[in-house]
Amino acid sequence: MEILLLLTLFVVAVFLGVEMITKVPPTLHTPLMSGSNAISGISLVGALLSAGSGGGILVNVLGFIAVVLATINVVGGYMVTNRMLAMFKRK
Amino acid sequence: MSTTIIYLAYLVASCLFILGIKGLTRPRTAVRGNQLSALGMFIAVVVTLFDQSILSYEWIIAGVLLGGTIGAVMATKIQVTSMPQMVAMLNGFGGGASLFIALANFIDPQSATHTVALVSIAATVIIGAVTLSGSFVAFAKLQELISGNPIKVPGNKVLNALLLISAIGLAIAIVMDPSNTNLIYALVAVSLVLGLLLVVPIGGADMPVVIALLNSYSGIAAATTGFITGNTVLIISGSLVGASGIILTQIMCKAMNRSLFNVLFGVMAEGGETIDADEVYAGKVTSSSPEEVAMLLETAERVVIVPGYGLAMAQAQHAVRELASIMEARGTQVLYAIHPVAGRMPGHMNVLLAEAEVPYEQLIEMDEINPQFEQTDVAIVIGANDVTNPMAREDKGSPIYGMPILNVDKAKTVVVVKRSLSPGFAGLPNPLFAMDNTLMLFGDGKKAIVELTQSLKEAD
Repeated sequence: MEILLLLTLFVVAVFLGVEMITKVPPTLHTPLMSGSNAISGISLVGALLSAGSGGGILVNVLGFIAVVLATINVVGGYMVTNRMLAMFKRK
Repeated sequence: MSTTIIYLAYLVASCLFILGIKGLTRPRTAVRGNQLSALGMFIAVVVTLFDQSILSYEWIIAGVLLGGTIGAVMATKIQVTSMPQMVAMLNGFGGGASLFIALANFIDPQSATHTVALVSIAATVIIGAVTLSGSFVAFAKLQELISGNPIKVPGNKVLNALLLISAIGLAIAIVMDPSNTNLIYALVAVSLVLGLLLVVPIGGADMPVVIALLNSYSGIAAATTGFITGNTVLIISGSLVGASGIILTQIMCKAMNRSLFNVLFGVMAEGGETIDADEVYAGKVTSSSPEEVAMLLETAERVVIVPGYGLAMAQAQHAVRELASIMEARGTQVLYAIHPVAGRMPGHMNVLLAEAEVPYEQLIEMDEINPQFEQTDVAIVIGANDVTNPMAREDKGSPIYGMPILNVDKAKTVVVVKRSLSPGFAGLPNPLFAMDNTLMLFGDGKKAIVELTQSLKEAD
């Protein structure tokens, strides 16, 4: 049953995403892309759980690599998006 | 902290992500949108740190500090012209993160071992690894570490098909026999090679499509990671990103009149006979000087600037803005015509011009500006080639036939700023350069524009 609920969530979110993103004007496509890319860094949540799980040294190391990569994705993504959008904001 | 509270916080984070993307639908609300989304991320990360299944924090703290520093340095140091490389690389890291989470969950004896988790692990490994290696090839191409031209790999299609089949085969074997760890390493290897070979044959002109697609993959990888442990926030945000990437991929494909299949498998429309550049240009190209063009601009009432990637390469966006200010001060109306695939990623040109403080009201999209070229006195084309090539409209045998272009040739006078008559990414001569109403201003984009501005100033 749980898998069906998760699947429902997945499909609904995809439809919601499609509906919202078609409304983004081309001017903002690059910030949209780097902003949504930063959101994909949400895998950081999964990475934290693995890195700190205490499931053995190999699990910790793999989790650590995942944390590093995901954090670069999150921090870099949000900061660069913010930098781009600041250029659009003025006046 | 109880699971209920964590999941309620995840719900809040998901809502913030949705509001964040919604904010990006208008320039006015975009900054706030991005901040809301970042706040969502912060909440999700903080509550996760209180999860009872986290036993040690050393690895987490070290990882966050290291990744955070690298990310912050990258984001502050990167040039706006290099934004596509940066996004390509971040996509790769996102995919890589999902790949390593899947591996960690596979090896962890405490982690879920039921069929759904195993299927999700296998799917995450494939998508994550393809995203990782594919993104690095895209990065290398954009950074010109390797040639931006399509690189032919003999038997590429067959090879890719074989790799995909073996990846699926290995995935099934892993689900059947999870005790054999060699299988998952083999799957990682096969998927990495698949990502490599998928992107290597794709040329630089198709990069906007590739980057959009990899963006989608990084989201889908995050979503499949969510299915491993049944984590709702991963599923919701991953699928939002996946959807966004797919939509952008579709928009880019449409802008180039290419099908996604053709981009992915490196198929260019077959041209009939090869078009001889000498034949197109012979004796018909009119060369001009900055002084002469400045005289034209003096009397022009309406000027449309058409920027292409050559402008980005020459870092000429500030010089162009300067020229536009001079013209506007003289009462000339200045607009910018933006082709959807001008640049190296969707909307890249808009960001470049925004950096040079061009007001976004002056950036006009292709469909809107095209009917206006007939009332335009001068169209200045800077480093744009294929997106202004009339062959796309007229020559049925041409490989770019059917691609929507900017109709600059309809303007009263066209000034093309370009180093030489060399072809663009499609490798085609551009009959626009040989037209009666076209003046060629040969030279480096930035230098030519600066000289033009100088001449126009002196005219006052």
